[in-house]
Amino acid sequence: MAESGLNDDALETAEAWIGEGRRVALATVTHTWGSSPRPVGSQLVVREDGAFRGSVSGGCIEGAVIGEARAAIGDGRARTLEFSVSNERAWEVGLTCGGTVRVFVSRVG
Amino acid sequence: MNPRTLMALNDARRDKRPVVLATWLDTGDETLIAPGEAPGAAIAEAVAEAFASDRSASVEIGGRPLFLHVFNPPPRLIVVGAVHIAEPLAALARAVGYAVTVIDPRRAYADTERFPGAVLLDAWPDDALAELRPDRRTAVVTLTHDPKIDDPALRFALSAPVFHIGALGSKRTHARRIERLKEAGFPDGAVARVKGPVGLDIGAKTAAEIALSIMAEVVAAQRGKLA
Repeated sequence: MAESGLNDDALETAEAWIGEGRRVALATVTHTWGSSPRPVGSQLVVREDGAFRGSVSGGCIEGAVIGEARAAIGDGRARTLEFSVSNERAWEVGLTCGGTVRVFVSRVG
Repeated sequence: MNPRTLMALNDARRDKRPVVLATWLDTGDETLIAPGEAPGAAIAEAVAEAFASDRSASVEIGGRPLFLHVFNPPPRLIVVGAVHIAEPLAALARAVGYAVTVIDPRRAYADTERFPGAVLLDAWPDDALAELRPDRRTAVVTLTHDPKIDDPALRFALSAPVFHIGALGSKRTHARRIERLKEAGFPDGAVARVKGPVGLDIGAKTAAEIALSIMAEVVAAQRGKLA
């Protein structure tokens, strides 16, 4: 289902930030296994200064995703990230909510 | 992502046009696809499935990973009867992400301030519904208990592909309603689509609780979880 009309709409925010001349990247959940907290299609928009709107996990992996999004803004390369409880990095970033998610990150522009 | 794609996607969402954003995950190249406009049979089939199921998904096309992100317009709830329960129902539906229309032909109820964020139509339900053209992403709930107002809405809804039809009223009221619909020529299988009394049994007493039980039932129906 379409995301609800709440004010954390990542795509609207992305357009507004670009309109202000900011550099942004979008992160999108493309695959989930197990008890992932946010469904496929959930989005997070990140600005070059680290500001963000939306969510891809309900808080567990946002920090790591924001870091990769800022890297994507810098080098323009799209990337796919994967986080799971069996993944050392996930523990590091605190994916204590369990499950596995794959997140696609790409710069707008 | 191309900024022009982002603008076009947001335009489609604002205009309530369904669209799929298809992104090749290996290169990051993307394209917007409207219903029936997919390039190639393999992609067309996957896109049609994504639209129909309302589920975004990663698929493999020619050995390459393609992410199909579905942007369907919000589902609609059409409420017949601008009665007291309609107020919390409209508010809850809106919070859940539904586009809400309230229909009531009675002038006394036509106060838009009671329904912030909803469209209030001062019209007979069958006329209003003919205009609104309820589809498979629409639920219709009648609240008036008045056959003059509820029945035309139910007859119209039964002839439409809506995903849920509910009618407020006691079991006795509902039994009489079913009889009237059968007399109007609807077969048993069709009238069984009208859920009455509408709402999941959560022991609701207040208007807000009844609205919550109705909205829970609508969500369950849309998610395919209604027994």
